Amino acid sequence: MTAVLFDVPGPRARRRNRILAAGGGALVVAFVGYVLYRLAATGQFESQKWSFILYENIQLLLLGALLATLKAFALAAVLSLLLGALLAAARLSDHAWLRAPATIVVEFFRAIPVLVMIFTIYFGLPSVGITISTLWAVVVGLTLYNGSVLAEVFRAGVVALPRGQSEAAYALGMRKTQVMTNVLLPQALTAMLPTIVSQLVVVLKDSALGFLIGYPELLFTTRTLGSQGQFDFPIIPVAIVVAAIYISMCLMLSWLANYLERRSRTRRRGTPPPTAPERVEPELVGA
Amino acid sequence: MSVLLDNLDLFIRGFLGTIQLFVIAAIGSLVVGGVLAAMRVSPVPFLRGAGMTYVNIVRNTPLTLVLFFFAFAWNRLDIVTLPFFALAASGLIVYTAAFVCEVLRSGVNTVPVGQAEASRALGLNFGLTLSQVVMPQALRAVVPPLVSVEIALLKNTTIAAGFSVVEAGSIIPSLSERGYNVLVGGLWVALGFVILVVPLTLLQRYLERRWRVAR
Repeated sequence: MTAVLFDVPGPRARRRNRILAAGGGALVVAFVGYVLYRLAATGQFESQKWSFILYENIQLLLLGALLATLKAFALAAVLSLLLGALLAAARLSDHAWLRAPATIVVEFFRAIPVLVMIFTIYFGLPSVGITISTLWAVVVGLTLYNGSVLAEVFRAGVVALPRGQSEAAYALGMRKTQVMTNVLLPQALTAMLPTIVSQLVVVLKDSALGFLIGYPELLFTTRTLGSQGQFDFPIIPVAIVVAAIYISMCLMLSWLANYLERRSRTRRRGTPPPTAPERVEPELVGA
Repeated sequence: MSVLLDNLDLFIRGFLGTIQLFVIAAIGSLVVGGVLAAMRVSPVPFLRGAGMTYVNIVRNTPLTLVLFFFAFAWNRLDIVTLPFFALAASGLIVYTAAFVCEVLRSGVNTVPVGQAEASRALGLNFGLTLSQVVMPQALRAVVPPLVSVEIALLKNTTIAAGFSVVEAGSIIPSLSERGYNVLVGGLWVALGFVILVVPLTLLQRYLERRWRVAR
């Protein structure tokens, strides 16, 4: 319950809340029930539609698709962390000739949709004589976008540190690079770790875009299996299985982000008073 | 330049489709997200739980999978047969609403409890507390991130291109079919998005700067 909106309920409020609970609850249950009823009525729970799960070939096919998804995710995650670090370093540089192009690159790639990038790379590079596999089209597209987003995350982390940190380091006689690598970056990375992991959830979700250019990942395999007449076109059952895989993988990463967030909050000295306003974090929407 | 001028019809139809899809999905996501946020801050535990479950499931599902479901599975459920455009809009609404809900909910939580307690102590009822004290403050915290979410929605409309909806994303495969230089065409599409997104980004940064000092 949000303490801002509601006081501790008295007898009348409790009665009203019970009515609300019954009415709202009935609506929610009716909605979920209707969806389940439609699924059952169109035969989505019949055993033939789920029999695909019993075949070893299909289990291996799904496993292979999962590995393809994870491969695109892992490559894109590592490369975008590297690109993000490079772009962040350029944006924090003292030289305008490095800072300006990096700023333009970051703003440009953050403004255009990932899919437009993937399509342009996949359909466009062959017209200048470079053929690119579907895997690398996805990886490069995801890297350009998420690298730019991560660059902003890294930069924000460094900028948010108290000035005294770099001033003290300079006073000790450290050079620019030493200040960055030995003093600022370790602190900024720790502070930004939860955000970085949340961005990795976006990378994992965006890897599903590979489906649209025919990279044989989970969704692509769902489409293939869903058109198999011998299992009575089980596209909804397969989609349910694949959705469960995606959701559990992303939930695990989200939990890791939350855990890191909680840990860093308890570690920080002087926890803020309970009435201090919480900030609305910019949401990492992704696709 | 010739890639753009020769295919002007394609570009115009594509970006009009994108804007249509964006406007419909933006309004829809605000409405559905508002209902979800009301559920998540309600005094009824069951509704709070239902809202939270929705948000956690949808936020961790790829949008491509949501649209995949609407494009390939919805019409098999025999509820109402919808055209691809309506299906794509529904998918975008279902997905974006979860993020809108989170922004609204955390916006309400930015208001210090003392504000509401003081207004209740002054004798304001629930409606007055909400409209005169809590909402004006929450709105300042909510609008900038809400604009970010809608920018993301604008970019995400391109994914509908993969599911037979004519919009900006589908320009690139069409150019490829017509045999034009897609690298150049892709850059024109990207430029179109820069033109659409940058004003929204500037608005968001302006609002953020203007309202940050408010408290």
